[in-house]
Amino acid sequence: MIAFIENLGESALNIFEKLGRGVVFFINALAGFPALILRFTLVIQQLYAVGVLSLIIIGVAGFFVGMVLGLQGYNTLIDFGAEESLGVVVALTLVRELGPVVSALLYAGRAGSALTAEIGLMKATEQLSAMEMMAVDPMHRVIAPRLLAGIIAVPLLAALFSAVGVMGGYFVGVGLVGVDEGTFWSQMQDSVDIYDDVLNGVIKSIVFGIVVTWIAVFEGYDTVPTSEGVSRATTRTVVHGSLAVLGLDFVLTALMFGD
Amino acid sequence: MVDSQSSASRESSSGDDKPLVEIRGLTFYRGSRAIFDNIDIDIHRGKLTAIMGPSGTGKTTLLRLIGGQLRPHAGTILVDGESVTKLSYKQLYQLRKRIGMLFQNGALFTHQNVFDNVAFALREHTKLPESMIRDIVLMKLEAVGLRGAHQLMPVELSGGMSRRVALARAIALDPMMMMYDEPFTGQDPITMGVLVSLLRRLNDALHLTSILVSHDVKETLSIADYAYVISEGKVVEHGTADALKNTQSDWVKQFLNGLSDGPVPFHYPAGDLYEDLLNGGKS
Repeated sequence: MIAFIENLGESALNIFEKLGRGVVFFINALAGFPALILRFTLVIQQLYAVGVLSLIIIGVAGFFVGMVLGLQGYNTLIDFGAEESLGVVVALTLVRELGPVVSALLYAGRAGSALTAEIGLMKATEQLSAMEMMAVDPMHRVIAPRLLAGIIAVPLLAALFSAVGVMGGYFVGVGLVGVDEGTFWSQMQDSVDIYDDVLNGVIKSIVFGIVVTWIAVFEGYDTVPTSEGVSRATTRTVVHGSLAVLGLDFVLTALMFGD
Repeated sequence: MVDSQSSASRESSSGDDKPLVEIRGLTFYRGSRAIFDNIDIDIHRGKLTAIMGPSGTGKTTLLRLIGGQLRPHAGTILVDGESVTKLSYKQLYQLRKRIGMLFQNGALFTHQNVFDNVAFALREHTKLPESMIRDIVLMKLEAVGLRGAHQLMPVELSGGMSRRVALARAIALDPMMMMYDEPFTGQDPITMGVLVSLLRRLNDALHLTSILVSHDVKETLSIADYAYVISEGKVVEHGTADALKNTQSDWVKQFLNGLSDGPVPFHYPAGDLYEDLLNGGKS
């Protein structure tokens, strides 16, 4: 029993210790942001790696999710004779929830894991140490550009996901099951509010971008510098990143849309 | 113990007799194990000083302590008169611009080609035009014999070539001091010969002060002006190559001659063999 309590206490201490290191790490990385204004090419390179290379998976996933929403929404709404509201249902679901959440989950799986593996391997092969010994701070040269690129990329990917998803819903709703095209778009235009819906969705995706990229770069930097260590860190990025997105989504939804 | 370095010394580039690196009372622990226990080491200007010892004695750790990547638990490390442990972040990074380090596996940036690897520090710390950076990089690569390989990626290089590129990168900013971490490990005889001669020639031609960490005794002593042998947290012997060969210490004799048994036993401490075989270790 004593051993169980000791282990529990040790685990709790380890978690808080890692959380503390993570916060210090985040602050140090933020300190590198001002210098990036003069060297924005570093951020652009990372935007390509985490953003442009994620476009295909975001686009394809967004289109399929939109199509599913169109079909499920139509089948439900038609029972109440409200199939004209399909455009609203698809758009609100995507802009408020699925766009930010699913794109952040996909980002954690594709770009987050790649960030962790890349930084972890740089640590394991002493590239980060070599950089330090060349008087170049890896926090500013490696971590800060990746963090900023992630914060910029995730909202853009979420916006793209929502836009492609609406096209998927349109394709099924208007193209396949025969909802009136004018009604589809006009109801969407009337009911989707730029502040309550779109802006709140953007805020969510910015928060998700910060948290997932922070987890990814921290796990890479904090990894045990072995092949097993990098493998575990990559797994932790996807698991912790995904859970953080889902947990924060509830908190943000409650704050934004709760009465 | 040998106290004088004068026999194998070359003239210091600065003419200053004060050591470039002065380590006093250095103590460093990993967990409860003392890696260094109150050791003193001097690295003199213009000399190539070797730090030798068995694997796991903390030779690489010593380089990291000198470079300020680790902090000692006690003692002082002065580099060119500056106390590494007391420097601010900015001062430490300024000092590192004057120190080059060759890592054991080269630590080349795998996403950049040879040219960009060598140009890295120049682009980070200088505002030289790209044409001048090109000239400097090609000259550094010429010095290590790899100018023709400047467009290759690190994955296309052999182990020895990687270390030579890393060497060119380390001297890109014309440092006052070079630190070499096990540069000869795992090299074939030809590459080993190239590296051995290169380290000595670079030290003399560029008026460097070099610290060479290695357990390749023959090669290291062939080029070192002075050597320290460390074991179990202590400096067990130091002196010139000739002086070390005439050491009275049985331990140092075993280490330098690669004897399988001696003060360092062949067998790891274990219980009685008879008991182990017959009773499965349960007495």
